[in-house]
Amino acid sequence: MTAATLLRRPGLARIRTSRAPLSLLCLGFVALVVALAVLAPWIAPYDANTVDLGNALAGPSAEHLLGVDASGRDTLSRLVLGARTSLLGPLGVVVFSTLAGVAIGTAAAWRGGWLDSVLSRGAELVFAFPGMLLAILIVSVHGEGLLAPVIALAIAYLPYVSRLTRSLVLAERERPYVEAYRVQGHSGLQICLRHVVPGVAPVVLAQSTINFGYALIDLAGLSFLGLGVPALTPDWGRMVFDGKTAVQYGYPLSAIVPCAAIVLTVVAFNVVGERWADKVSRRDG
Amino acid sequence: MNTLDIQALRLRLPGTARPVLDGVDLTVGARETVALVGESGSGKSLTSRSVLGLLPPGASARGTVRVVGDDVLAMSPGQLRVLRTGTAAMIFQDPRAAVNPMRRVGDFLTESLRLNARMRKEAAEERAVRMLEAVGLTAAALRAYPGQLSGGMLQRVVIAAALMGDPALILADEPTTALDVTTQAEVVALLGELRESFGTGLLFVTHDLGLAAAISDRVYVMYAGRIVETGPADELFARPRHPYTAALLDSTPRLDAPRGRLAAIEGRPPSLREELAGCPFAARCLYATDVCTRQAPALLPLADGPARLASCHHGDLVKENHR
Repeated sequence: MTAATLLRRPGLARIRTSRAPLSLLCLGFVALVVALAVLAPWIAPYDANTVDLGNALAGPSAEHLLGVDASGRDTLSRLVLGARTSLLGPLGVVVFSTLAGVAIGTAAAWRGGWLDSVLSRGAELVFAFPGMLLAILIVSVHGEGLLAPVIALAIAYLPYVSRLTRSLVLAERERPYVEAYRVQGHSGLQICLRHVVPGVAPVVLAQSTINFGYALIDLAGLSFLGLGVPALTPDWGRMVFDGKTAVQYGYPLSAIVPCAAIVLTVVAFNVVGERWADKVSRRDG
Repeated sequence: MNTLDIQALRLRLPGTARPVLDGVDLTVGARETVALVGESGSGKSLTSRSVLGLLPPGASARGTVRVVGDDVLAMSPGQLRVLRTGTAAMIFQDPRAAVNPMRRVGDFLTESLRLNARMRKEAAEERAVRMLEAVGLTAAALRAYPGQLSGGMLQRVVIAAALMGDPALILADEPTTALDVTTQAEVVALLGELRESFGTGLLFVTHDLGLAAAISDRVYVMYAGRIVETGPADELFARPRHPYTAALLDSTPRLDAPRGRLAAIEGRPPSLREELAGCPFAARCLYATDVCTRQAPALLPLADGPARLASCHHGDLVKENHR
């Protein structure tokens, strides 16, 4: 199973790490962000949309630890509550693209022949079309809301998963144990669902973890462009967008904080995914 | 009725000039152990696989393969699954590769009965324990992962799995090749015992003549997709009537033989890309004459004894010359 190579974007592929402290740190950060998102309503000190214009663009203080944005909203509260939208979106992308990608990749590899040709060419077609462009297209047709960009990105990410799954299943189905199950009277579908898919799952899930980071960046980019997330919903990409005028007036904090959150979260998911993939491939190799 | 009855099995693969199996006749009686001997590529594995309907993609098969009276080649996928779940089972060469490393031994043993024979989990596990005990393991192995067992133990697990469906016929495809010598002897002894206690027929595919002689009642010798000689094990090895069998026996290392270079059979087996006009062994045969390259010899009964057949134009010469 060493042939399985995860698909990475060039920029982030450099952050490969086998050093334990960094990956542990990243795992911790991922856990922290997830915990924040889950517990957000209880952690956030203020309501995300309480406007206090008299206090606009104030710096960090004991009352507002990360300062206040141009509309006088508490940055920390928006950051914590924004973690929900910012993680929920990529989660939807990853869940949908993983389920559909595994189904398509497995079917293509297991049946082969014309089905493989159709599915693989179809996936390449989607690959050739930029994901962001597809998302913008669907959002502009569908209108505001988180659902449209999530579906669009899920379709754009599907080929990453289906190609990987296909190559893994192709290798897995040639292993003698698959034939041993056949000889015991199992049908192809049973062998597929009970043995082949669980066998390739760890590598696919590692890829999905990496995809999570990319989807987060893409969705943040879409919200920055003002697409997708509705205006008042706290969201990291949206916060960067809201804060960009403040940067011009010399108050960069309300934009920099969500930026940092996005970058750190993406890097953390990437490192965790890579580390996982490395572990899985070492076990099988 | 024979447990296994293969008649005139002819198997063609795409891209080959001659059939990979060319009129194979083979029978295994109830409670009988039969060895199928031949070198790599002679078609012995293909023969045993065709018994379970495991043909390579694109293969076209003619003839009949009857397992307890039912023709495997005419079966629907559903009937094939019934056959594989119960009637016939296969033991593979490398137990390490034939067992899913991610599943516990208990899952591996019971899955087929639970899913395909709709047996309850407790009943299937109870049977698994009995089978494990029959192959000399304990119930503790149920909870083990394949990686925690040695090669010999794992091959016992695979044998236990083959017995789970109470098969009439077990096909063993070089079941000892991947094991070390002492484990080999244990596994062979075990297969002999199980045949007694479970009453299954056994088709033992091997390239090891010594092993074939030790375990089997009858032996088939295969060369280039044809059966070239068959007979009771002791007689066939004592008095071979086909030059190929004789040459194979001469090239077996022996401790009591005079020192010197081991005899080898010159040349190579015929390629699948060439048509064969006469006897497939003619090019490598010491006894070959004109007739051998022109006319393929038929597999004919010999006067030596019952169930003795050989396909050679010069069988009598072989008999005289071979010590």
